[in-house]
Amino acid sequence: MSAIIEDGAVPGASREAARADTVPAKRRTGWRIRIRRDRSLLIMTVPAVVLLLVFTYVPMLGVITSFQSYDIYQGFLHSPWVGIANFTNLFGDTLFWHSFANTLVISAVQLVLYFPIPIVLAVLLNSVMNGKVRSFVQSVVYLPHFFSWVLVVTIFQEMLGGAGAVNMVLRRHGLGTWNVMTDPATFKYLVTAQAVWKEAGWGIIVFLAALAAIDQALYEAAAADGANRWRRLWHITLPGMRGVIVLMLVLRLGNALTVGFEQMLVQRQAVGRDAAEVLDTFTYYYGVVNNHFSYGAAAGLFKGVLSLVLVLAANKLAHAFGEDGLFRK
Amino acid sequence: MTTLTARPGPPATRRRPRDERPAWEEKPTAAGQAAKGVTILVVLAVVLVPLYAIVLTSFSTQASINIAGGLVLVPHGLTVEAYHQIFTNQLVLHSLLVSTGVTVVGTAVSMVVTVLCSYGLSRPGSYGHRTILMTLVVTMFFSGGIVPTFLLVSTLGGYGQYWSLILPSAVSVFNILVMRAFFASTTPELIDAARMDGAGEWRILWRVVLPTSRAVTAVIALFYAVGYWNSFFNALLYLPDNGKWPMQMVIYTYTLQANSLPGSGVTNTGVYAGHQQIAALSLQMAVVSLTLLPIVVVYPFVQRHFTKGMLLGAIKG
Repeated sequence: MSAIIEDGAVPGASREAARADTVPAKRRTGWRIRIRRDRSLLIMTVPAVVLLLVFTYVPMLGVITSFQSYDIYQGFLHSPWVGIANFTNLFGDTLFWHSFANTLVISAVQLVLYFPIPIVLAVLLNSVMNGKVRSFVQSVVYLPHFFSWVLVVTIFQEMLGGAGAVNMVLRRHGLGTWNVMTDPATFKYLVTAQAVWKEAGWGIIVFLAALAAIDQALYEAAAADGANRWRRLWHITLPGMRGVIVLMLVLRLGNALTVGFEQMLVQRQAVGRDAAEVLDTFTYYYGVVNNHFSYGAAAGLFKGVLSLVLVLAANKLAHAFGEDGLFRK
Repeated sequence: MTTLTARPGPPATRRRPRDERPAWEEKPTAAGQAAKGVTILVVLAVVLVPLYAIVLTSFSTQASINIAGGLVLVPHGLTVEAYHQIFTNQLVLHSLLVSTGVTVVGTAVSMVVTVLCSYGLSRPGSYGHRTILMTLVVTMFFSGGIVPTFLLVSTLGGYGQYWSLILPSAVSVFNILVMRAFFASTTPELIDAARMDGAGEWRILWRVVLPTSRAVTAVIALFYAVGYWNSFFNALLYLPDNGKWPMQMVIYTYTLQANSLPGSGVTNTGVYAGHQQIAALSLQMAVVSLTLLPIVVVYPFVQRHFTKGMLLGAIKG
C-alpha cells in the first residue's frame, strides 16, 4: 500500500532534496520540532480528517449494531447484544440470497456488455482525423455522466416506457408495444443499457489518454514494415492500452457488489423486488425503511467485508498480469 | 481511481500531429469511412435526441402533446406555459431554491476542506502526512454502510435538517488525491522562492499554488457541484417532509412514481385520467429541463479542463 503514499505525485527525488536543503538533517529532527515546523500543514488537514472521522470512521465502529438488537431509544451503547443471531437469520433468508444473486448477475452482464464499449469508442474516436469533430463528440458523450440516476431513469421512462416516445411510434404503426421499463425478465439488460448511456462516454477519457501516450514512431515503423491498420491496432494500439484496461477491469471486479444503488432504488417499484433487489437496496429497505436496523447493518457489513476481499483479490490478479493494479506489492 | 497507481511519467513520445494524416498511413477506404461516420452519428443521436425531445416537450402546447401522445419530437405549437406554472408552484419553486442553496453552500464547504487538506498533504517530508493519507485512503475501501451512517446522522440531529445533505458527503477522498497530485507537481522553485520571501504555508497556497492550479480546481469544483445538485439518496434518507425536498426528490416522486403534483391541477392519475396526466407532462419535462440546465450551461466552460485537470492528475499520478 505504501506506493500510494510514497510516490503519489512527487516527481522524482529532486523535490525531496529541495525540501531537505531548507530543513537540514530532517530525519534526525525530533517530532516536536517537526510538528512545530509543519503545524500550518497539519492544521489544514484538520477539517477533512474530522469530517471523515465523524461521518466515515464512526459508522465503521457503528457496524457493532449488527451484533446487537438495535433499539433507537437505547442507542449504540445500551442496545442488547445478540451475538451473531442477525447473521444466522440473514444467511437463512432466501430474500437476502436472492438480492445477492441479482447483484452478481447484473454485475456479470455489465462486465460483458458494458466494459468493452468505452474501449471501442475510444479507439474509434481516436481515429477521427478532424479535431473539431473529435472534441464535439467528446463533449456530447461525456455529458450524461453529469446527470443523476433519477434523471437518466426519467429519460429512459419517457423514451422507452409504456407511454414513451418509442412505444407511441410502434403503436401508431400497428406494431405491438413493449414496456421494457416494467419487464422483470429483461431488467438486467435495461440497467446495463442505462449504465452505457450514462457512463460509457465518460469511460473513454482514460482510454483516450492511454492512446495519446502511445509513441507514434511505433506506428510509423510498423507501417514501414508492411503492417496494415488492423495489424497495427492489434500489435501496437491494444498492447499500448493494456495497463489501463487491466486497471479498469480490476476496479470493476473490486466493485462487483456495487451496481448503481440509486439506479435500482428508483426503479424497484416499477419493475418489482424480484428483479431489482440488490444488496444495497436490501440493506436500505430492511435496515432503514422497515426499521430492522441491526438486520440491515448485518447485510451492509457482509457486503462491506466481501467488497474489501474482492478489491484485494482483484489487485492480486492485476499483479499476476504483471501490472501495478491499484497499489503496488 | 487511477491516482492510486504511481506510474513513471510517459517517456518523451512523439504525439500524433493533430488533424493531419501522416504520409505513411494508407488512405482510408470509403466503406470504412462511412461505417465510422454512421457509428458516430448514431452515438450522438442516442445522447441528444432524448434531451431534444424533453426540452421540446417542456415548451409544447397541450395540443401538440396530445397529437404526439407523449414526448413531442416534431414541434407543432410552442408555449412557455409550463415554465409559468413552475414559477407559481410553491413546491417546485422551493425545491429549486433548496437544490441551488445546497449546491452553492455544499460546493463551498467541500472546496475549502479539499483544497486545504490536499495542500496540507502535498509537501514532501511533512510530519505525519503518510499516516493522515492512509487514514483517508482506508475509507475508499471500507465503509460502515448505509444503516450505521443513517443512525449516526439521526443521532446527531440531522434528520429533517439540510446539513444532512452536505456534511456526510462533503469530503471525497478521490478528489483530494487528484488535487494533491496536482499541488505536488507545482514547480518547487516557485514555492521555495516564496518561502525565501518569508511567505508562510497559507500564503503560498493562496498566492502560488492555487493560481497555478486553476484547471484542477475548476474540474473538482464541478464534480462537487454536480454531486450536490444530483443529491437524491441523502434527501430520501433524511428529509421526509416534501416542503424541504430538492429537485431530484420532486422529479422522483412526481414524474417517475407518477404521484400527482400538488398545485399542478392534476388530482387523479388513475386509468381514466389519461388526458390529465398528459396535461402534466409539459410541466414534468419543464422540471427535468430546469434540472439539466445548470449542468449544460456550466459544462462547456469546465469541459476543456477535463483532460488536463483529470488526466494529468489521475494517469500520471
